[in-house]
Parts: sequence; C-alpha cells; structure tokens
Amino acid sequence: MELTTVWFALIAVLWIGYFILDGFDLGVGMLLPVIGTDDLRRRVMINSIATVWDGNEVWLLVAGGATFAAFPLWYATMFSGMYLALFLVLVGLILRGVAFEYRGKRDSAVWRARWDWAIVVGSALPALLFGVAFGNIVSGMAIEPLAGTPATTDFAIDAGALNYSGNLFGLLNPFSLLLGVMTLTIFMAHGAIYLALKTSGEIHEAAKKVALKIGLVAAVAAVAALLWAQAFSGRVAFTLPLVLLAAVAWLAALFMTMKGRDGWAFILSSGTILLAVTALFVGLFPNVMPSNIDDAYNLTVTNSSSQEYTLTVMTIVAVVMTPIVLIYQGWTFWVFRKRISTSMIPPQPVSGRSDDRFANSNG
Amino acid sequence: MGALQLSQWQFGITTVYHFFFVPLTLGTVWLVAGFQTAYFRTGKVKYLQLTKFFGKLFLINFAMGVVTGIVQEFQFGMNWSDYSRFVGDVFGAPLAMEGLLAFFLESTFLGLWIFGWDRLPKGLHLATIWLAAAGTAFSAYFILAANAFMQHPVGFEIDPVTQRAVLNDIFAVLFQNTAVIAFFHTLAASFLVSGAGVAAVSAWMIMKNRQVDVFRPAAKLGAWVILISAVLVSVSGDMDMKIMVDQQPMKVAAAEALYTTQENAPFSILSVGDLSGDTATTIIEIPGLLSYLATGTFNGPESTVQGINDLQAQYLAEFPQYGPEMNFVPYVPVTYWGFRLMIGLGMLAALYALFVLFLFRGGRTPKSRLFAVFNGVIVLFPLFGISAGWIFTEMGRQPWIVFGQQIVADGVSPLLTPLEVWISMIGFTLLYGVLAVIEIGLLLKYIKAGAPEAPVEDPFAEAQKDDDKQLYFAY
Ligand code: HDD
Ligand code: HEM
Ligand code: HEM
Repeated sequence: MELTTVWFALIAVLWIGYFILDGFDLGVGMLLPVIGTDDLRRRVMINSIATVWDGNEVWLLVAGGATFAAFPLWYATMFSGMYLALFLVLVGLILRGVAFEYRGKRDSAVWRARWDWAIVVGSALPALLFGVAFGNIVSGMAIEPLAGTPATTDFAIDAGALNYSGNLFGLLNPFSLLLGVMTLTIFMAHGAIYLALKTSGEIHEAAKKVALKIGLVAAVAAVAALLWAQAFSGRVAFTLPLVLLAAVAWLAALFMTMKGRDGWAFILSSGTILLAVTALFVGLFPNVMPSNIDDAYNLTVTNSSSQEYTLTVMTIVAVVMTPIVLIYQGWTFWVFRKRISTSMIPPQPVSGRSDDRFANSNG
Repeated sequence: MGALQLSQWQFGITTVYHFFFVPLTLGTVWLVAGFQTAYFRTGKVKYLQLTKFFGKLFLINFAMGVVTGIVQEFQFGMNWSDYSRFVGDVFGAPLAMEGLLAFFLESTFLGLWIFGWDRLPKGLHLATIWLAAAGTAFSAYFILAANAFMQHPVGFEIDPVTQRAVLNDIFAVLFQNTAVIAFFHTLAASFLVSGAGVAAVSAWMIMKNRQVDVFRPAAKLGAWVILISAVLVSVSGDMDMKIMVDQQPMKVAAAEALYTTQENAPFSILSVGDLSGDTATTIIEIPGLLSYLATGTFNGPESTVQGINDLQAQYLAEFPQYGPEMNFVPYVPVTYWGFRLMIGLGMLAALYALFVLFLFRGGRTPKSRLFAVFNGVIVLFPLFGISAGWIFTEMGRQPWIVFGQQIVADGVSPLLTPLEVWISMIGFTLLYGVLAVIEIGLLLKYIKAGAPEAPVEDPFAEAQKDDDKQLYFAY
C-alpha cells in the first residue's frame, strides 16, 4: 500500500478515536442541565469524565498534528478555510477545559452556575461544528487556485495554490448542518450511554432514559445525514453497507441500554461512530478536500501529502507510539472503572484547605 | 491593519500568553514531584502538605497552559497557511511527535495523579507525577525543535518543482545545536521562574507566621533552585549567543542596536534615544562586552561583530527576489530592550534568592517591610524575563518566518480577511483577559488558604475495595 494511503487511514483512525472518546465527554457536558438537576448530580457527571477528558482531547491535537505532518496542504487549506468555525471551536474548548478545573474552586452558586454554562456551551460548539466541518469536507467546498496563479503547470494544478474562496456562511449549507445535528445528537446519546455505564443510582436511571430519547432523535438525524452523504460518496458499494451496519449497531446500542446492558450499549454506540466515520472517510478517498468548483481543484492524498521521507519517519513513530498510548490510556479507564454515584461524592470543596477533605476544620 | 499585521498581533498575543503558564508548569511539576518523593522516602507529613499545596497551584496554572496551547496548535493552519504549506513537510513532524510522545503522556498521567490517590499504590502514584513531568519536558523539547527550525532551518531541501521545503534529515531537525541549547536554556529559565514562585510564596507564608515549619524548607529549596538555574541559564545563554552570531548575526546586532561593524564592540546597560541609527545616547557602557558575549574575545579581528547596516546591504545582495526596498532589520527597540529585560529581570531574581538564604539563615524570620514588598513582586520578574527573552527571539527573527527561506509576509493565509482576524483576535484577547483575572484570583485564594493542616490523613490508607465509599478526591 502507498504510504499516503496508510496515512489517510491513520488520520481516519485518529478522528474515529477522537469522536468516540471526546464524543462521550462532549455529550456528558451538553447533558449537564438535562440530567444534572442539582449540584450533586452535576458533580457526579463531571467526575465521571474528569479523569479522562484531557487525554481524550489529545486525540484531536494529534489528528491535527498528524494532518499537518502527513498532508500539510490539506491542513493548511482546511484550517484557513474554516477560520471562524475553528475559532468558535477553540473558544468552546478553552471554556470547557478551564471550567472542569475551576468550577469547584469557589463556594458560590453563581460561580458554579457560570462554569456549568461554560461546560454546556463549550461542549455543544465543538460537537456541532465538527459535524458541520466534516459535512463540508465530504460534500466539497469552494476550493480554487488563487487568482493570478496559472491554472496549470506542466505537471498539474499546483495544489499549493488551492484555497477555500468562500466565507463562514458558505460552510452553513443544509447537508453540513444536518451532519452537525447528527454529531451533536449522537454525542449526546453516546454521552448518556457512557454516563449510564459509569454511574449508579438515580443518575444511572436518568441517563438511560435520556439515552433512549435522544438516541431516537439521533437515529433519525444520522440516517438522513448518512444516506444523503452517499450522494457524495466515491464508492457507494462500500459505504452504503457501512452506513446500514452503523444504523443496526445504533439500534442495538439503544436496545442494550433498555435491557440495562450498559457495557454492551457503550461498545455498540462506539461501534456506530466507528462505522459512520469510516463510511465518510472511505467515501472521500482518494480526495481529502474535494472542490465543488472543478474536479481538477480537488485536494487528494497524493497532491497534498508530504514526501516519502517524512511519511516514513512518521510511520515509524506512529507504529511504535500508538500501541503504547493505547495501553496506558486503556489502563486509566481500568483504574477508574468504578461506577460513581451521588453518595460517593465528597463534600463540596469550599476553600483551599477543606478542598482535599483531609482538613480537620471546615474553614 | 491588514490580515498580515493582525495575524502577527494575534500570534504574538496568544503565544506570549501561552508562555506565561508554560514556564511555571515546566518547572513546578518537577518540584511537586520532588516534594512527593520526599514524602514517599521520609513519610514526613510536611512534604505531603507541600505536595498538596503546590500541586493545587500547579493544577490551576496547568489548566490555562492546556487550553491556550490548543489555540497555538491550530493557528499555524488558520493564520499561517502558506507558511504551513511551505514547511509542513518538515515542521509538522515534530508537532505530531509532540502530540504522540508528550501530550498523551502528560494528560493521561496527570489525570491519574489528580484522581488516583486512593486508587493506586503509593509508589505507582508517585510514578505518575514523574511521568507527567517527563511529558511536559518532551513537549517543550519538540516544540523548541520546531521553533529552532524557524530560527535556523536544517535537514531539508527545497523541492525544485513545488518550491516547498522537503525534509531529508529528521535527526538534524531534532538534534541541531539550536534546538538543544534552546531547550536547556528555556528549561533552566523555567526552573528560575518556578523556583521564584515557590520561594516567594513560602517566604510570604513564613512572614505571616503561618505553617512556618512546613514552608521554611520550601523557601530554601526555592532559593537554591533560583541560584542553580541562574547559573545554568547564563551558561546556556552564553552558548546560545555564540551560535546566534553564526546563524542570525542580524539578531545579535539588533540586540545591541549596533549599526556599524566593530571590533571590541561594547555592551550598553542603559541608553536613551530612539535607537534607530547612531543617535542613541549611551549612558552606561561596558567596552568589549558584546564582542565577548558573541565571540569569546574582547579585542582584535576575532572580536568583530557585524553591524546592522552592513548586514542589511549583505542581505539585499543575497536575496534580490524581495526587491531593493526590502528591510531586513528587525524592530530594534524591542530586540534591544527585550534582551536587557531578559537578562536583567532574571538576574534580579538571583539577587533575591541570595537575600532569602541570608534572611532566613538559621531559623530566622525576616521582619523587614522592604523585603515583604520585594517578595510580593519577585515572582513576576523572572516570568517577565522569560517572556522578554522569547519576544526578543521571535522579533529578532523578523522579517523572516523561516530564517533565510521565507519572510513573514509570504507565510500568512492568502485569503484571510482583516475582519476575520479582528473577530478572532478580539475574541481571544477578551477571553484571555477574563481568564487571567479569574486565574490570578484563584491562585491568590489558594495561596492564602495555606497548606492543608496537619495531621493529614494518609491518602493511601484510604485505598479501598468498598464500592460505595466516598471518593478521596473529586471535582
Ligand atoms: C528569565 C529567563 C532568562 C534569563 C535570566 C536569560 N534568558 Fe536568555 N532566553 C530566555 C530566558 C532567559 C528564553 C525566554 O527562554 C529564551 C527565548 C528562546 C530561548 O531559547 O530561550 C531566551 C533566548 C536567548 C537568546 C536567543 C536565542 C536565539 O534567538 O537564537 C540568547 C542569545 C540568550 N537568551 C542569551 C542569554 C544570556 C547571555 C543570558 C544571561 C546571562 C540569558 N539569556 C538569561
Ligand atoms: C513561547 C514562547 C514564544 C513567544 C513568547 C513567542 C512570541 C512571538 C511573537 C511576539 C510573535 C509575533 C512577532 C511579530 O509581530 O511578527 C511570534 C510570531 C511567531 N512565532 Fe513565536 N513565540 C514563542 C514561541 C514560538 C514557537 C515555539 C514557535 C514555533 C513552534 C513560534 C512560532 C511563531 C510563528 C509561526 C509566528 C508568526 C510569524 C511571525 O510573525 O514571525 N513561536 N511569536
Ligand atoms: C507556538 C508554539 C506552541 C504550540 C503549537 C503549542 C501547543 C500546545 C498545546 C496544544 C498544548 C496543550 C496540550 C494538552 O492538551 O495537554 C500545550 C501545552 C503545553 N505547552 Fe505549548 N505550544 C507552543 C509553545 C510552547 C513552548 C514554547 C513551550 C515550552 C518551551 C511549550 C510547552 C508546553 C507545555 C510544557 C505544555 C503543557 C503544560 C501546560 O499545559 O502548561 N509550548 N502547548
């Protein structure tokens, strides 16, 4: 296999990892006002993801970094083309990142309520916008060479001159928005399923109910979006079955939730995300950012990639490091495998001193 | 302002801001690991108290480092897409490695450290903070190697067809002297910043007569960390200067506002005037010092330091493609003062460390008000010093974004509109401003709260099998 194909696959894997992992903690964040009806419940929710969210988010950073290293022209065109959308994503990620750490650091209801909003908004923005972004990538964007560059050189269009010539509103087309609604609702339901797996007691029950309700909405959005995506797929014979499998996996996930088989439900909802994202990437290949102006302006795995040497170096690094990372990240999930409930949450940290519960006073 | 200037401002604002938190993280994490190791070895409760106390401050700071770092990672593509196209083949590799080797390590093991007190055996829990510390150092190494490529590009060739840089030697990129020295210099400077933080906070607690027994060893440790790092910073800074003369002579000249090539070039401590020619009036000057810093000799032809005017002429001849009007001179006031602030503020901290060791000798507690005031501001000195150093380094590279290969103006995203950058810049700046106020408020609050009171429950005694027991620590 060509190294460019390997790297296309690896980047798909990184996005799948990101969507499965950060997907559930974005989901839990969005559900804060829905399931977290009082402060204790909200703390259970936050603590269910507190141990892992930062590690999950690194999947995004690595997906970005790997795209930069393996497909610099893809990275450059995508990140500059989606400028304002990414700005909003960043605002969201900043807000929620500090919110987890700072929320319990002052004993004030107003303070906590503000950070709760930061978590909700900071989770919803990326959940929605990553879907919108993928919608645009899959369906094609207004990509063309810069005015003034010769349309062709002797070998082809110089991919280095290809840029997105539209603006933020160009990204907000119906298909992409629908895909955004899909990621938003799928992550919510995926988050609820995770929460059901990680908690016991009342929250566990509430999470199951929410998972089913939102799961059905997500099913509709996802089926509509993914079927529509077949219109842009380069190989429907592969991607349509994947989509159908994803739909089956999703329904099975909801069924397992109903049956109280939380572990299976989580595996199946993760499987759904895997299948759906795989379908999108398989349908995209060999393009990485197709142009809806002219096929000659497509960014592809070959015209946007780094050279052989860089890809080889990065392959070695990835082959050595990825299993190690997977082992220790998996181990973290194992260490914190215990379900938590409202009765297990220590008293609200009040000041620096009682914060760690080993103070002998309340002060 | 156009999208170019705005992007420069935005990049400057966000990077400098990121780098307020980073040095504190880079140094403090090792000190916290040290405290916890002391507890592990001796079982003395005061070390656990210090671990908890500085660990908390560290985490408040760390959170800001993480969220501002994400912005950095995205900005190369967002604002500097032509730069990313030009160097992606080379520059992307260390960035991706940083994620795979450093960020995963750091974030995963820090999560284990924060929440793992009652979940992991004592020794394993200790190992998590050391691994997280290693992660922060790896992170610094890779990003500095990437930055070193911008200062002194190596290990690449220019593709004759696409005119883009192509990597041909990853080891040259990762281990060139510019990267190695920058790493040692930055890490030493980060320890200086963190040592000052630990010393000043501890001294403050002692002067308030709070938990004196706990904080006295920390104050001394902080002071020693400052002194040792000050030596290491000077040694590595000196090495840095010597390679800079070869690699970026214009930066050396701009650091001294030296317009004409000179033997026995002086170093001015203070000067007035606009620095934009020979009009600046030098007030205090040490003859030959610049020559010595740059070349290792005071006198003779060996000690020649090239001046700005000669270098400008030389670059015009070397890079005709930018036209006869091109200005290769960085903005001199920033480089001149950045260089002086870096050294001066850092060295003031060393003076402070001597003070601390002297005033606290043999169990004494200083009462001087002057010391109290000095103590309050000292944390900021090395912090501003370290950012002055970076501002000098980055501004001294202007107008190049990759020295000798691409100018900044050619690196900006070609279709970016000023409106877009205004929106993001104002957005980031406001958000960062609000977060700064919040973070400083929290740090002060948790400093005032002091360390947890003894007797402290041994967290590891809590290790539990019981499923419904309260968690030892939760957000
Ligand atoms: C408080 C911190 C601090 C202190 C006391 C010093 N430095 Fe420094 N310096 C830095 C913090 C720093 C830094 C922020 O960490 C930089 C920016 C880039 C780098 O690698 O380190 C830096 C860069 C830097 C550079 C530029 C490298 C380049 O652009 O290629 C030189 C030549 C020096 N330093 C030299 C010195 C000397 C001779 C010092 C004192 C004797 C000194 N520094 C003290
Ligand atoms: C953390 C310490 C750093 C500080 C304080 C810093 C500071 C700055 C400043 C002030 C600018 C704006 C200069 C201008 O007006 O043009 C700048 C530009 C830039 N820096 Fe840094 N920088 C730091 C580290 C880095 C590192 C590690 C990298 C690369 C990995 C980097 C890459 C860039 C880029 C791409 C630009 C934009 C192009 C330019 O304006 O030159 N910086 N930086
Ligand atoms: C402009 C270039 C830079 C980029 C792209 C960048 C990127 C990042 C990112 C994405 C993170 C968050 C990691 C996480 O989620 O855990 C981060 C944090 C960090 N960065 Fe940077 N960074 C830059 C400059 C620097 C410099 C110059 C240093 C050190 C010399 C540095 C050292 C660190 C460290 C130690 C952390 C982790 C600790 C903390 O979060 O405070 N970074 N950086």
